[in-house]
Amino acid sequence: MTLAKRIIPCLDVDAGRVVKGVNFLGIRDAGDPVEIAKRYNQQGADEITFLDITASHEDRDTTVEMVERIAGEVFIPLTVGGGIRRCEDIRTMLNAGADKVSINTAAVTNPDFVREAAERFGSQCIVVAIDAKRVSDDNETPRWEIFTHGGRRPTGLDAVEWARKMVAYGAGELLLTSMDRDGTKAGFDIGVTRAISDAVEVPIIASGGVGNLDHLVAGVREGGADAVLAASIFHFGEYTIPDAKRYMAEHGLEMRL
Amino acid sequence: MTIAVIDYGMGNLHSVAKALEHVTHENVTITRDPRAIRGASRLVLPGQGAIRDCMGELERTELRGLVSELLDEQAKPLLGICVGQQMLFERSEENGGVDCLGFLPGRVRHFGHGLVGTDGERLKVPHMGWNRVVQRHAHPLWDGIEDGARFYFVHSYYVEAGLESDVFGATDYAGVDAHVVTGRGTVFAVQFHPEKSARDGLQLLENFVNWAP
Repeated sequence: MTLAKRIIPCLDVDAGRVVKGVNFLGIRDAGDPVEIAKRYNQQGADEITFLDITASHEDRDTTVEMVERIAGEVFIPLTVGGGIRRCEDIRTMLNAGADKVSINTAAVTNPDFVREAAERFGSQCIVVAIDAKRVSDDNETPRWEIFTHGGRRPTGLDAVEWARKMVAYGAGELLLTSMDRDGTKAGFDIGVTRAISDAVEVPIIASGGVGNLDHLVAGVREGGADAVLAASIFHFGEYTIPDAKRYMAEHGLEMRL
Repeated sequence: MTIAVIDYGMGNLHSVAKALEHVTHENVTITRDPRAIRGASRLVLPGQGAIRDCMGELERTELRGLVSELLDEQAKPLLGICVGQQMLFERSEENGGVDCLGFLPGRVRHFGHGLVGTDGERLKVPHMGWNRVVQRHAHPLWDGIEDGARFYFVHSYYVEAGLESDVFGATDYAGVDAHVVTGRGTVFAVQFHPEKSARDGLQLLENFVNWAP
């Protein structure tokens, strides 16, 4: 088995700058997306994810321009998410040089959009982002639900069922974020990662909560993730991509070194 | 000198054009104009999505005949990528069975379901990510690329070539010997995405641009 586990640094971009919130509050500025993407590329990142967290419409043009600039210099897969609601948005991002798009809220409000997008552009470029939050008590069988709006709005959808449905609709990959863990640095929610990884055949990217390199190993080994996504541990220089890859390789995981 | 990326309406051609522009000063054009395709010095045949749609669009844009002619003429280098590799073979089992260009003997098969690796790990389909490519035969497009180098893949179907001499590279996934690099004469084709495979991918594209078969 030689397929490498992937490390995906994530750029959360607001109005043209990379930021990373802690539980979506207390946003810190981390720099220019193009420079950061180039740095991660040089370090050997396996992919880059660009999440546009800009709310305003006029800043969308800035995003397209950023994606174009990154795609002209960084020759590894680039996923763009945030505000992907119509096939036209997907076309725009693919034309700008994105390889995949990540669909989040629009998948919940209109699941058929995922089907339409997969039919039109192919499953290989459709990532569905799943924001899950644990809703069961500690003494109950664990259960997670889908939340939207940065973890504030419950949908009543069971996360594992939802993952199966999205794959049936054509999602080629799932980006799973634990809303309980995101920004906490306490590690991935292994339970939900394993539950979803076991439930579907497509690759799973684990996200939300990475604070150290053991968390990355656990996401793959215990959670069954095919890729791990992290932001702040890389942005603020705590670890480099090669540090993370070496560490994961030392723990027996197949990595692209 | 122009490199034409053949645009028959399937998939994202911008990435491959951008990567080519990164490694050459030659003009790179994305086109479906038969005259531009015929006039180009080199051709790239990309492909993404379902093979039925790819073959259907190639037919609909009236490029199927031209591509077949150009393959047979062996007059200029052609690089097939992803479904553009698969299309060169006789038949794919995707979409209930689809006849392809038949330039090379062999077929395109599905990896199967419920795959388990040697260590008991469950293997996902699509085969997505960076995997090693073992070089079976020497080729100018391997220049500067180590045997066993990793390239970026996204696919659920793979080529099973009919002739070992057409196989230039292979990848093992779930015990399957996927013929991920194939070619003959002026044609070289890869299942992975060189335009997304970092340094080694760019090296392969540069080798293609400099290739004089």
